[in-house]
Amino acid sequence: MEDSLVIGGRELRSRLFIGTGKFSSNRIIPEVVKSAEVQVVTVALRRIDFESKDENLVQYIPDDCIIMPNTSGARNADEAVRIARLARAAGCGNWVKIEIVTDNRYLLPDNMETIKATEMLAKEGFVVLPYMSPDLMAAKRLRDAGAAAVMPLGAPIGTNRGLRTRELVKILINEIDLPIIVDAGLGKPSEAAEAMELGAAAVLVNTAVATAGDPVQMAKAFNLAVKAGRLAYLAGTGAVKEYAEASSPLTGFLSDNA
Amino acid sequence: MNLKMNGKTVEAEENISLYDFLVSKQLEPERLIVELNFEIVPKEQWKDVVLKENDSIEVLRFVGGG
Repeated sequence: MEDSLVIGGRELRSRLFIGTGKFSSNRIIPEVVKSAEVQVVTVALRRIDFESKDENLVQYIPDDCIIMPNTSGARNADEAVRIARLARAAGCGNWVKIEIVTDNRYLLPDNMETIKATEMLAKEGFVVLPYMSPDLMAAKRLRDAGAAAVMPLGAPIGTNRGLRTRELVKILINEIDLPIIVDAGLGKPSEAAEAMELGAAAVLVNTAVATAGDPVQMAKAFNLAVKAGRLAYLAGTGAVKEYAEASSPLTGFLSDNA
Repeated sequence: MNLKMNGKTVEAEENISLYDFLVSKQLEPERLIVELNFEIVPKEQWKDVVLKENDSIEVLRFVGGG
């Protein structure tokens, strides 16, 4: 069965997006991308550090991947717009993940500034995927501002705590006619599967893979979990009940007196 | 002459082009992004843009991020 996800006019077969931060070495990124079978890879934009000889990250990202720069470091809409324009000038396409954060302890996004940045960048022709706190009204405003998808957090960035925002994410899935991509906080493949079973269009993970004992194997585990969760969603899960309901017939027992 | 690059004061030859300046800093111009006085400079123009005293240059590149 063909089950592809279309974002910004691109048809994606993979519903797992991956971030490139925190890997012990960038050299394993090609293998991670391969075992995860991802098509969308996030990166960040930073000043060149002249003190240390750092390498060109992009060389490790396969050519057929969509590179999605984030606007991390932005504290308001104007800074996010500036970063997005700079990233586009690198010649890696026009996708952008908006990430506007002023809270340093929980790294929770500023929905209001994110809506403003989404509107400005969508008008400039960017494919805008905003990272947001799962709030229905904010998601509606992001949709109206021209977002290509909406990316609510599962838990704070880098915490591996799982889908703590489950009830709110479900509301977005029900009410917003855009792909809902759970971004941040998912720590285990089972949690990615949970998001997909709920009806998420995709998930974005970074820390869970990058800091795993074996990132390449963990990438594969997430790949399989996302596929399993998606299949389960499409298949339609059975009803949840309070009391037992036998799976075997309740007649014809050996002790029955016919 | 003095320039500001990524917030620090650096020396550069008079009348140097942006491209030659980047090369002089041992940078590989591939995949770099440059902002000159808060304006993005497209790569095609790097050889034509001549730097002036007190120009402010931001040189960026992609790094790992989620």
